[in-house]
Amino acid sequence: MRTEFRLSGSGGQGLLLAGIVLAEAAILEDKNAVQTQSYGPEARGGASKAEVVISDVDIDYPKATDPDFLLALTPESYKTYGALMNKGLIIVDESVILSDEITARTVRVPILKTASEDLGKKVVANIVALGALAGISGIVGEKTLELAVRHRVPKGTEDLNLSALRRGFELAETAKASL
Amino acid sequence: MPSVKLMQGNEACTLGALTAGLDFFAGYPITPSTEIAELCAEELPKVGGKFIQMEDEIASMAAIIGASLTGRKAMTATSGPGFSLMQENIGYASLAEVPVVIINVQRVGPSTGMPTSPSQGEVMQARWGTHGDHPVVVLAPGNVKECFDLTVKAFNIAEDYRIPVVVLTDEVIGHMREKVVLPDFETVKVTRRKAPASPGGYKPYEADPDGGVPLMASFGQGYRYHVTGLFHDETGFPSNRGDVADVLIRRLMKKVENAEPLIRDYATESIEDCEILVVAFGSSAMSSLSAVRQARAKGIKVGLFRPKTIWPFPEEPLRELSSQVKRVIVPEMNLGQLVLEIERVIGCRAPVERLSKVNGELFKPEEILFVIMGGEK
Repeated sequence: MRTEFRLSGSGGQGLLLAGIVLAEAAILEDKNAVQTQSYGPEARGGASKAEVVISDVDIDYPKATDPDFLLALTPESYKTYGALMNKGLIIVDESVILSDEITARTVRVPILKTASEDLGKKVVANIVALGALAGISGIVGEKTLELAVRHRVPKGTEDLNLSALRRGFELAETAKASL
Repeated sequence: MPSVKLMQGNEACTLGALTAGLDFFAGYPITPSTEIAELCAEELPKVGGKFIQMEDEIASMAAIIGASLTGRKAMTATSGPGFSLMQENIGYASLAEVPVVIINVQRVGPSTGMPTSPSQGEVMQARWGTHGDHPVVVLAPGNVKECFDLTVKAFNIAEDYRIPVVVLTDEVIGHMREKVVLPDFETVKVTRRKAPASPGGYKPYEADPDGGVPLMASFGQGYRYHVTGLFHDETGFPSNRGDVADVLIRRLMKKVENAEPLIRDYATESIEDCEILVVAFGSSAMSSLSAVRQARAKGIKVGLFRPKTIWPFPEEPLRELSSQVKRVIVPEMNLGQLVLEIERVIGCRAPVERLSKVNGELFKPEEILFVIMGGEK
């Protein structure tokens, strides 16, 4: 079974790191995983996306072809990548206004607000998003993700990021109830 | 103990280099190769090696040549614009027979091009970028694990034959992370240039009877000899004599020609009964493999030939295979470079179809599948 994730937003939001953590967690659970990215020349701003393909068998093509899950944190990424969605589910930040032209199943989740208001740090929005994505998809367990987060986030920020992950999983529970 | 890691192509190249004994890196950071310089800066001091950030890629290439002459295992890493600047000194390394490794992570060119997007535009430059007939070996990894394996191999070939070796990757392979099972480093085969026994009577450019590669003495070990980019005789001193030049250039080219069957490396998939053959390397081969598998699932007899040594090209196995097929399809992220060599190798045994992509994106498997199925390009 091949499951494809596309994490999109603005450069600097940390979606690449979220993708890396997701791929690493999958490997910890003995699955195969490939993570790729595309980004502009700028260090901040601009469109940015990370893709993760997770599978029980060998992965030949490393990019997402028809994502099972799209995470979109900005209006621009929602419009660009939402329009390409077919079978998959769009997980979009609550702040983004939905478009009638995008017909794929969509769930709105307060990711950015949870990071900046509940946790007081908007920089951890990527890990909140990761928790939400993992919780909704069920692709990897929370305990495994905790290990991967500890391994990949900057030293000294582990507790904050683990709280962010927990909040993400909680958001996933609410979101799943609405699906 | 073999270890399992989520690792990036650039990381795997660096780890391969360190496993092969890298102890000198000089470079100028450039996207999408920068992680290699970053990791070398972090890791080399821990093993007694040196990392230098140079003023540009011309100097970087010069620095690794100098370091190699003192007995170091030396490497640089770059992308298109930097690779262009390195060409003059790559020729110097070829003629002066200095073992060095250059990792070129391709992005879209020419010029500054598209810095963050992949391309395979330097197939010909990697072979013929510097002037004059010259020996060079070019290796093209097709996944992250091969970035490790082929970087080790690059060092071994550079050391064994005293030539520059290019590891040619691209933005997709350089930046993608995947699950890699790494071998126990102690078990990895690593070679080192053969050194003379003593300074007495040492001729630095005299072909060794065993293999034809001159023995290499390290500067600082009591040997005094001349190294030059001019044509030279066995003593290393310049010569303008036609017969000396003729012998030298033929000997240099012969090193790689003789080595080809030994260093030849390629992978195949589903070739036994194939009637259509896709030939692809590097990241294009990942899309090709997916397309071949999808076509096989539809009952189409198609296979994949993936060269890992692209210069010298593994001629014999491809030529043999091409006699059994009706069509050959060559997808590459340029407007047709490796296909020229493939056409030469295959001759009129089978028609060769080119499939080009130059928009800075990796082939989608369905684009290749479409052509396999007989669709117009």
